[in-house]
Amino acid sequence: MSALKPNRFAPGVAGFDRRALRTLLVAALLILATVLLRQPASAIDIAPAFEDPVQQARYEQLARELRCLVCRSETIADSNAPLAADLRRQLRELMGQGKSNAEILQYMTERYGDYVLYKPPLVPRTWLLWAAPVLLLLGGGTAAAVVIVRKSRLPDTDPSDPGLGVS
Amino acid sequence: MNQTAIKTEKPSKGVWRYLLPVGLLLALVVVFYVSLGRDKQTLPSPLIGKPAPQFELPRLDDLSLPISNAEFAGQMYVLNVWGSWCVGCRQEHGALLQIAQRGEVPILGLNWNDDREAALYWLQSLGDPYVASAFDGEGRIAIDWGVYGAPETFLVSAQGEIIHKHIGPLNLQIWERDFVPMMQRAGVSGK
Repeated sequence: MSALKPNRFAPGVAGFDRRALRTLLVAALLILATVLLRQPASAIDIAPAFEDPVQQARYEQLARELRCLVCRSETIADSNAPLAADLRRQLRELMGQGKSNAEILQYMTERYGDYVLYKPPLVPRTWLLWAAPVLLLLGGGTAAAVVIVRKSRLPDTDPSDPGLGVS
Repeated sequence: MNQTAIKTEKPSKGVWRYLLPVGLLLALVVVFYVSLGRDKQTLPSPLIGKPAPQFELPRLDDLSLPISNAEFAGQMYVLNVWGSWCVGCRQEHGALLQIAQRGEVPILGLNWNDDREAALYWLQSLGDPYVASAFDGEGRIAIDWGVYGAPETFLVSAQGEIIHKHIGPLNLQIWERDFVPMMQRAGVSGK
């Protein structure tokens, strides 16, 4: 039975695997570079800030965690909507009252629901959402690896490639 | 026996190669088609079934007089969030007037982030469906009620619980469909 089909895994296994490895390495480096070179977005908040730099940093961080419910894809730190301004004022006042981060986020979710959190909470309903990047990366990575390894094991028929026939 | 088994297996494998992407595509089409009809603007309020937040604000028509929703304790009422800057509020205004005329339930207005003069002119020229309007010029009470866009209409039971919230312009069809049955149910269980 095996004679009917040519065995395509036989020629030049070692040489072509090295090329496959190089391709995978380049792909991994590109992904890493994208992650590392990511620039943080700057806020457009014009309201008077806290005098204390620690409080100011905390304020900015919290403002970036809360969604503007009018613009939906913006945080209240990035949005110019009147509601975002009101929510920033509320945030400053809650901080002024000495509320903790958790208390402030709870205050907002009690009124606006989980949707107000720009970063969705990790609850059973959002497990798939949180796992999606890893699942997609694993799925795509596996598919890519399978294709690259398989193709690299095929005999090279490109005459312009100087590596032709080298194993 | 062995040969026939291989023969039937091989083509079916090939068929799957083509059916799988087509199947995935069809699944995506179904997902997208269903999503088309879904309302992504309306956010569910976490306040449904919770006690209505208490407030005391100046009355729009006379800032020296306070208005509190505590005055409505023990009876069902509607809180309508509006502003003269709000296009949807203009749209629903006629329906509010009609609902007010039916006298089923008092409508309390929450005038949100508005210019007082403009708001008074609005009521004077278009008619006033509200038993009273509270003037929330800074939008603090609106935050307490989880308001994110006017018009929003809350139905509060006699027990002081928010039992329904409608986001967007109201009309009589929506009123009959959503509010009236809820008022009847709450009215029966409340007595």
